[in-house]
Amino acid sequence: MDIVVCVKTNPDPQMVRIRNREPVLEAVPYKLGDLDKNALEAAIQVRDAVGGKVVAVTVAETNRKIKETVKEALAMGADEAVIVDDPAAMTLDQAAVATVIAAAVKKLPACDLLLFGEGSSDNYTGQVPSRVAEKLGVPQVGYARKVEAAEGAVRCERSMDEMIETLELPLPAAVTVVSEINEPRIPSLMHIMKAGSKPTQVWTLADIGVDAAALAPKQEVVSNLAEEQDRKHVLFEGAAAEQAAAFVDALVKEGVVGR
Amino acid sequence: MADLLVYSEKTQTACELAAKGREFAQALGLGVSAAALGEGAAAAAPELGAAGADRVFVSEDPALAGWPADAVAAALAQIAAEAGATVVLLGSTRRGKELAGRLAEKLGAGAVTDVNALELEGGEFVAARYAFGGATIAREKVASDVRVFAIMPKTFSNEGASPGAGTVITPALQLATGMKVVERRAKEGGAVSLDAAPRIVGVGRGFGKKEDLALGEELAAALEAVVGCTKSLADFQWLGEDRIIGLSGAKTSPDLYVGVGISGQVQHTVGVASAKLIAAINKDKEAPIFQMADYGIVGDLYEVVPAVIERLKAV
Repeated sequence: MDIVVCVKTNPDPQMVRIRNREPVLEAVPYKLGDLDKNALEAAIQVRDAVGGKVVAVTVAETNRKIKETVKEALAMGADEAVIVDDPAAMTLDQAAVATVIAAAVKKLPACDLLLFGEGSSDNYTGQVPSRVAEKLGVPQVGYARKVEAAEGAVRCERSMDEMIETLELPLPAAVTVVSEINEPRIPSLMHIMKAGSKPTQVWTLADIGVDAAALAPKQEVVSNLAEEQDRKHVLFEGAAAEQAAAFVDALVKEGVVGR
Repeated sequence: MADLLVYSEKTQTACELAAKGREFAQALGLGVSAAALGEGAAAAAPELGAAGADRVFVSEDPALAGWPADAVAAALAQIAAEAGATVVLLGSTRRGKELAGRLAEKLGAGAVTDVNALELEGGEFVAARYAFGGATIAREKVASDVRVFAIMPKTFSNEGASPGAGTVITPALQLATGMKVVERRAKEGGAVSLDAAPRIVGVGRGFGKKEDLALGEELAAALEAVVGCTKSLADFQWLGEDRIIGLSGAKTSPDLYVGVGISGQVQHTVGVASAKLIAAINKDKEAPIFQMADYGIVGDLYEVVPAVIERLKAV
């Protein structure tokens, strides 16, 4: 089975600091998305169960941390990697990323199953998997917490509201995964060393037949600032019984208890 | 004729979108269409009309059963074409968010998901959503001819909505899906819905072991609240995934949120930031949760929570 996992390099959101309401990205480490690792782990498990190959596909962005990301994916167990790296494809909106990914997947010799994390660690829009599925004309299931592939089909389990759903898609198909699906493996030193020798192809937009004009942004970020929270900030200190009394009295005055 | 089109598989959310959509539509000189799709969808039509829809497109086509993203997107694209929709408002539930990208791609549209505020500024929509894991709020404009916004449930209210004509239209749709529903079963152990809970007690790593969460449950019972948790407690399997609040779980807007033993990492707090009142109990005075709290108790939760429960019983 030919499995493609789409991965993204993200600034570690835990490390983003705020100064004067502006996010400070200097010195923030970049890493493979957390959910991308879950998708990779799921892909590796499917491959190990039914045979085949795992190809990690990514788009190089302005942060230029792409080599480390790809190396991490290969060290985890992907067999090959494809990087689309082009000066015209470094700051893209979700529609444009999907255009690039879909074109790269089409250039691959085969793709039976496309796996994604349900969202990226930084912006979490969840748009790219659905857009890629539409562009490739394949069915999709989001939020899988179990993925099993057999000849010609993939079966997924997901938790939606009050229901657990078991769904089946004919291949080729696109599936996004949630974090509870698995515990992504941590590559051993040996696997990290071996990763360097695995095949990595670097393609330009011309290689995948995408015209830069097709990547014109459909949306624009007007501002991106930390929220100003207007809260009361009343702190109760002292003995537990006194704190509890003052606290509950405050909730009563607010009208949220005792009605 | 051009319309604003609203859709959510959750009727209440769709009604909220119809009510606010009607305000936007009037400002822009548009009509309001709503779509009701899937098994039993026709029953929602009167509510959607009352909430503000002039036209309600209803389809119970079998391909829409279980709301597969491919078929729902195809249905909405065809309805959008028939209604001449230039703006589509979806509910940013899990299903709605999955749908948004697929529909936007079909419409050649830009889209914003997880929108928690949508405004018209000089005739243009500006949508706000969390970015960088919740550390910031990105305000975005969409430049395509058709715009798609997936909006968090409860962002708008349909209380006191001005009704529309609610004319039911049964469109002829060409639909197919690749998704087969093998099984749908109810979750065991009383699944909770945090999205709509009016009061929430959030529990975090301040609790030393799984058994101690009984204290959190007891506080919740005294407050008539539902218990939610941080992602790490679900990772420990102390509580189910449906209890997670934050980036990887529910985005809530309760009247009261009480965070107990929660430090206040932004990945969790984005899920409660729009609570009307935020309270926190934590032993660390410097914990970030206090920066976003209206009322806070600095203390050991094992002493404070029983005292609070005791006091609540006396109210």
